[in-house]
Amino acid sequence: MLIHVRLFAMLRHYLPQAELGTFTAVELPEGATVVDLLAQLGVPAAEAKVVFVNGRTRPLDWALAPGDEVGVFPPIGGG
Amino acid sequence: MWILRLNMADRTYRLEEAPAAYTRLGGRGMTSTLVYDEVDPQCHPLGPNNKLVFAPGIVTGTTAPSSARISAGAKSPLTGGIKESNAGTSWAQHLAAMRIKALVVEGQPAEQGHYWLAYLTWDVPAARPKVEFFPADEYAGRDLYQVFPEVYKRFGAKVAVAACGLAAEHGYGNAGIAFNDRKDAPTRYSGRGGLGAVMASKGLKFIVSDNAGAPGVEVANKALFDQGRKKLAEAIREHAITKPQGGLNSYGTAVLINILNEAGGLPTRNFSSGRFEGAARIAGESIFEGNKQRLGKELYNHACSPGCIIQCSNTWHAADGSEIASCIEYESDWALGANLGIDSLDDIAEMVRLCNAYGLDTIETGATLGVAMQAGVVAFGDAKGAIGLIHEMGRGTPMGRILGGGTGLAGKALGVTRVPEVKGQGMPAYEPRAVKGIGITYATTTMGADHTAGYTIAPEILGVSGKLDALTPEGKAALSRAFQATTAFIDSTGHCLFIAFPILDIASGFEGMVEEVNGVLGTSWTGDDVPRLGGEILKKERAFNEAAGIGKAQDRMPEFMRYEPLPPHNQVFDVPDSALDSVFGEL
Repeated sequence: MLIHVRLFAMLRHYLPQAELGTFTAVELPEGATVVDLLAQLGVPAAEAKVVFVNGRTRPLDWALAPGDEVGVFPPIGGG
Repeated sequence: MWILRLNMADRTYRLEEAPAAYTRLGGRGMTSTLVYDEVDPQCHPLGPNNKLVFAPGIVTGTTAPSSARISAGAKSPLTGGIKESNAGTSWAQHLAAMRIKALVVEGQPAEQGHYWLAYLTWDVPAARPKVEFFPADEYAGRDLYQVFPEVYKRFGAKVAVAACGLAAEHGYGNAGIAFNDRKDAPTRYSGRGGLGAVMASKGLKFIVSDNAGAPGVEVANKALFDQGRKKLAEAIREHAITKPQGGLNSYGTAVLINILNEAGGLPTRNFSSGRFEGAARIAGESIFEGNKQRLGKELYNHACSPGCIIQCSNTWHAADGSEIASCIEYESDWALGANLGIDSLDDIAEMVRLCNAYGLDTIETGATLGVAMQAGVVAFGDAKGAIGLIHEMGRGTPMGRILGGGTGLAGKALGVTRVPEVKGQGMPAYEPRAVKGIGITYATTTMGADHTAGYTIAPEILGVSGKLDALTPEGKAALSRAFQATTAFIDSTGHCLFIAFPILDIASGFEGMVEEVNGVLGTSWTGDDVPRLGGEILKKERAFNEAAGIGKAQDRMPEFMRYEPLPPHNQVFDVPDSALDSVFGEL
């Protein structure tokens, strides 16, 4: 299945070709979870502080569905 | 410690020993207590009986990390209730070094439209602060970026400066108080709630401080203070958000643009959507990349004030490498960007610069301009038009005056129903329909729509202090209450609120903050005392508001948010009134 992912802030270097804000399509087996997606991208799970699937925060063991849009953030903050 | 009173009716000053009841107060605890004790809640905010109170935090002026905050408080011309607004600036440390617990500006000149500069120094032989007043009409009506260098030239390179700008001279609810940054420029703000207008209504244009010879902060228990300071500094340096070259140091607060956009909670085009197609172009990552391209090197962020080890302030540069403006905070970036449908950092930075020049709060300006665009005064996305409206605010044209009066006033004058405000104050950069807990804070805090007052974003979006679902309303009233009470304490310490990220995740950091405070004051508080002490401050603020006519009925979201679903999650603000009332009802 095809998953569309964006990496942000200090994680961007794991997808160096991706223009900021644009999706990268990733092919994953059916039933793959967020952890599997991270492994495919070479992003250490410990660095993925907040993961959104279709705009909702989800845990790392969340099962992905075809066409899901995923956003991955390291620890960031502000005001 | 001193209570220093400036009498603006006759330009004299008076020093008092701070009363015993105030011994343990600082920052917001001090300003809110003094306003509660001395200001008639029914006074006109721009009249003779309002008082403008400045108070450094309890640990401000010591070696406590990231602690150069000054609180400013008064009755707000924007909300009609109590206001506390704090800024990061060396000016805070000057007052603390002179052992000034509170600087109170009282009365007003018989003749409006004339201004004075108060020059505050330490009288070494007399061992007390002293104040001289100088006429300041020559600085009125002018760009603050122009007048700050003149003040530095006149009083010396080592002074710190507090000022109000043209917006304040016009009496706008949207007028902030500007303070010097580390380059002596007017870029640090007590922005919210129109306190600049209170300052100008008293004929006070500047307070210039030179703390040469001042004794410094008295610390009751140095060993305990040092222990606490080390624990807190370690926690700040350890936490991924606040550590050197961590999130804040690399990307500044503007790093939040993408995560709020992802969450569907980035208010776009006057709160009509939770996602902005231009978000990536204006986010902290783009600021970092853009600066790198334009300067030919990576630029990490800088400190707003001496002693800050987080260093989150950025500067946006033009294509030719010259500086356009500092600081492009998340709030400013959002307010003048996504909220207006503007996706150019050059335009946003120009508007930040203009707000700094005129003395305007960037959040209120953006929220107000969003309402103006809703009304069709200029089109969404029209940056030139928005810049033109900011100039009108600066010049005091009739439209400028409508906009300078803030989000609520502009909404009424322009006949708009989608007005994102609570108690007259414009909402900041988080959509309540997509992040329900922050909506509860907006509705219930004594400050009007305010995000820092109870920053539930930490667990709702950022995964700090737990992980909660942003769209769920359950449990969020208690969450907002807890954040509001703890924040009132942190606001009293003089620490930057960003220490909350490490101290909510690292227990020794939280202990360190309490030990620092105990070290300075000689108290024996524990972590359990923090929400209790914060709650006492909130109760005074609430009592003031109720006496001013602001009660439960004003602790509500604007009606449109209760029936208009917000894309992409298509939620309305569905927190029941009973939950809103329980925030203070169960304090």
